[in-house]
Amino acid sequence: MGTYVPNTEAQQKEMLQEIGFEKLDDLFAHIPDDVKFRGELNLPEGLSEMEVASAMKKLAGENRVFDSIFRGAGAYNHYIPAIVGTVVSKETLQTAYTPYQAEISQGVLQSIFEYQTMICDLTGMDVSNASVYDGATAAGEAVAMCRERKQNKALVSAAIQPSVMKVIETYCFGNEMELEIIPEKDGFTDVEALKGMMADDVACVYIQHPNYYGNLEKAAEIGEIAHSAKKCKYIMAVNPISLGMLKTPREYGADFAVGEGQPLGLPMAFGGPYLGFMASTDAMKRKLPGRIVGQTVDHNGKTGYVLTLQAREQHIRREKASSNICSNQALCALAVGVYLASMGNGGIRNVATQCYSKAHYMAGRMAEAGFTVKSDDFFHEFVTESDKKSSDVLKALEEKGILGGYPLDESRILWCCTEMNSKKDIDEVIDILKEVK
Amino acid sequence: MELKKDALYAKSHEWVAFEGDIAVIGISDFAQSELGDLVFVNLPEEGDEINAGEAFADVESVKAVSDIYAPVSGTVCEVNEELLDAPELINEDAYAAWFIKVEGVSEKSELMSPEDYEAFCESEAE
Amino acid sequence: MLVFEKSRPGRGVSALPECDVEVLAVGEKDRRESELHLPEMAEVDLSRHYTELERKSHGVNDGFYPLGSCTMKYNPKINEQAASLEGFTGVHPLQPAETVQGCLKVMKETEDALCEITGMSRFTLQPAAGAHGEFTGLLLIKAYHLANGDTKRKKIIVPDSAHGTNPASAVMAGMEVINVDSTPDGLVDVDKLREVCDGNDEIAGLMLTNPNTAGLFDPNIKEITDIIHSCGGQCYYDGANLNAIMGWARPGDMGFDCVHLNLHKTFSTPHGGGGPGSGPVGCKEHLAKFMPGVRAEEKDGALDFAKAEESLGEMKSFYGNFLVVVRALTYIKMLGREGIPQASKNAVLNANYMMKKLSSKYDIAFNPAVCMHEFVMDIGRQAKETGVTAMDIAKGLLDNHIHPPTMYFPLTVHEALMAEPTETESKETLDQAIEVFLKLNEIAYSDPEQLHNAPVTTPVTRLDEVGAARHPVLKYDFEVSNE
Repeated sequence: MGTYVPNTEAQQKEMLQEIGFEKLDDLFAHIPDDVKFRGELNLPEGLSEMEVASAMKKLAGENRVFDSIFRGAGAYNHYIPAIVGTVVSKETLQTAYTPYQAEISQGVLQSIFEYQTMICDLTGMDVSNASVYDGATAAGEAVAMCRERKQNKALVSAAIQPSVMKVIETYCFGNEMELEIIPEKDGFTDVEALKGMMADDVACVYIQHPNYYGNLEKAAEIGEIAHSAKKCKYIMAVNPISLGMLKTPREYGADFAVGEGQPLGLPMAFGGPYLGFMASTDAMKRKLPGRIVGQTVDHNGKTGYVLTLQAREQHIRREKASSNICSNQALCALAVGVYLASMGNGGIRNVATQCYSKAHYMAGRMAEAGFTVKSDDFFHEFVTESDKKSSDVLKALEEKGILGGYPLDESRILWCCTEMNSKKDIDEVIDILKEVK
Repeated sequence: MELKKDALYAKSHEWVAFEGDIAVIGISDFAQSELGDLVFVNLPEEGDEINAGEAFADVESVKAVSDIYAPVSGTVCEVNEELLDAPELINEDAYAAWFIKVEGVSEKSELMSPEDYEAFCESEAE
Repeated sequence: MLVFEKSRPGRGVSALPECDVEVLAVGEKDRRESELHLPEMAEVDLSRHYTELERKSHGVNDGFYPLGSCTMKYNPKINEQAASLEGFTGVHPLQPAETVQGCLKVMKETEDALCEITGMSRFTLQPAAGAHGEFTGLLLIKAYHLANGDTKRKKIIVPDSAHGTNPASAVMAGMEVINVDSTPDGLVDVDKLREVCDGNDEIAGLMLTNPNTAGLFDPNIKEITDIIHSCGGQCYYDGANLNAIMGWARPGDMGFDCVHLNLHKTFSTPHGGGGPGSGPVGCKEHLAKFMPGVRAEEKDGALDFAKAEESLGEMKSFYGNFLVVVRALTYIKMLGREGIPQASKNAVLNANYMMKKLSSKYDIAFNPAVCMHEFVMDIGRQAKETGVTAMDIAKGLLDNHIHPPTMYFPLTVHEALMAEPTETESKETLDQAIEVFLKLNEIAYSDPEQLHNAPVTTPVTRLDEVGAARHPVLKYDFEVSNE
């Protein structure tokens, strides 16, 4: 059996004696008989570290790690500079908790302040929180925080990532906000339909840009439509990598920018942990949920950082808080900070450019293999249509060690390219696709 | 503790002074000193209806948030937006730092004279 | 110094090769116009920057961290090794099930173990944190009542000693909170509870932590859950304090219908400066069909993704904070059948030892004969006699390299310091900490000013929180720096 209890049996006995007990079990004597657990837990016996290391390695070995990945759809395969891994492995930063005691938490607080600054810089917004669980919960929280007494309806584009839509639905099931879906037309949010849906009781319009199909929405126009109703807020979910090339949510007129932070230095890791970023205009900052770090001074006038605007939060506002979130994804936010600092302005532009260029190169070759690309106004994901069965196509790629695009159905596939896909790998995929009957 | 002589006071420590038909509302000096350094105020909007005895605003200190109750019913006709950027004004002079002005006053809470309110605060402090 | 102030144009990390296809740019209508101000740093500068940030922080690795209700136990390094295996980190969440059998096994084994430890029949690993788990549990209860046509059940009972997240979660789930006061002993007032519940067909349920935030196990727990059930409500167990009772009592046997756990507390995954955590939710059979997310289930000799038939939806994308789950499973495998109850035993022993030794000079809230994994000191007497508050004692601890207990919580004790030593601290560490606490009490009487001014040895002294909140500076201002 493994143990992390340092006290020896002799010490345990000594301690018990000092506090007037005979045996350890006596400390549990006050648990009433009707709920006391009897017998042994039905769990395997504890093991040594060597045995556990080998068991976990075996489990990891039962997964297939693809060298060549053309799948996105919400999780993206990007290069992570080595320094990101070493920084997030620093034991102190890893084993600290929420920086309640600011005097001994300046490192954690400063890293969050830097993260907030970088998110604001990327998105063009004024204020960022310290992050939430992931892009989908950021969406759910964003929609909820737009609610006002007389604005209880959210309009959400059908062209967003389906799992994000499901989470927004869940949050609305909870707080009983009305949710209406703006229909999709040819892979884009149906702008004309949106115009007809606007009303004074609309709290927010939510779109994803680039959207689920990789397409670039008419984001500025949608923003104008959203703001045609008096109190309606415009929420844009964006892929942060795309901001190395695309207009910022602020430039499109958004009140809130949210999104999945995973592409910024976090491994795909079977879906988590990731990070959701949330940023807003200055006017909306007190609506943001979660932790926010601010700069201040200490008694001697020295610059320092603290958790601030705390009266928004659950531990003070209790049932009047707009969200229950208390933690953030601090270690993931740290990874994002290190990633962005190591990439720098040039690096992030380069990643965005490579994503865009490679996706367009691949899309340009699709016709040769009998696949029709459904759009030409996309960032790094695009949809193809073909008579070749999606399942056959993906099987053929899998046999060659390639994870193909995500099958939307038996004729449509959603492909993704990043800087990780070389020209040679793309050409290989096209060659394989040609062979599929 | 400072008092505003021409105002009436509610048990929940708001003051109200009448300028003609308009009720001007804030929190008392006693309240601001009990609440400590205020860092933000959430105010209603012009045109909002408020009801005597119900919360119409809240004030935040670093570690607490407290509701502010309406001493009268009516319609908000002006909001002191200066407080949004400088909540410290309330700590500096609670009677200059009014929160809202209300018109069409219909109902009033049970209100005290400055003298009665002073006695009330002393009894509460015990 | 911020990373932005260290940035020098032209520096950088050579991360990427050149683009090997024709370089294209997006059309003008979508092209970014605003400048970027990301740092431009050589790798050596970056490495030193973050080493400096590490030095200005305090983790479990640096020393004693008895932060009550947060279970800051030691985080074994084998957990980290397992979570960094490429077979886990390199897997796309939307791969076919047959290519992720290892991940599915991790999910299945973890679910089985958590069910056994809590007495529940099903678990979802999707919730990302404790608060997220609470929200999930309440939605389960909501879905259950709605499926029964019980649309009136919107009231949720929360004791006044509960975490602030409980009432906030209830509101997110569209429920109205009824606060029930505690007895003078810090326990649920059973008579008052009965009064509220009797014949009340609007009760959705109850949220409870047991042992509670004062470290007390409620002896009336079965009666409490019976009262809720007899009026048609459901009982939700906040697993924040599970570390006290593993192998001794199970929420399922206490009558709870659903529960959330904090893997980052009880199951030794690191807190990461505030996250990522993981807040799996378990439930009994009658709630299982509403479970969110997908589980790993056996089908034709292999594992596959399975969705509950009337699932309430998704709590987040994909399957939860998977790498945190990997760490927790690693820990469960290490400790196993005997080690898990052993951990709880020693957590309780350490708390009682510390409580007993400190009770000579510190008042213990509710004055229990025996506590569970944590206890609450009430600094009210010292505050009255010397002016030294719970905050001052906490700041004094900082100068002694001890992370203070949770301050000013539970709200039912005004000058509270809530200490949870956990089982991974030795008698020597506890004795040293006890000595520091006793010394601080002496200083409170001999030189209170010293504590009002503490800390003095930390990278910064007490910070102006009022100024920070009144005039928030929430990001670095690049324009000022250019002037």
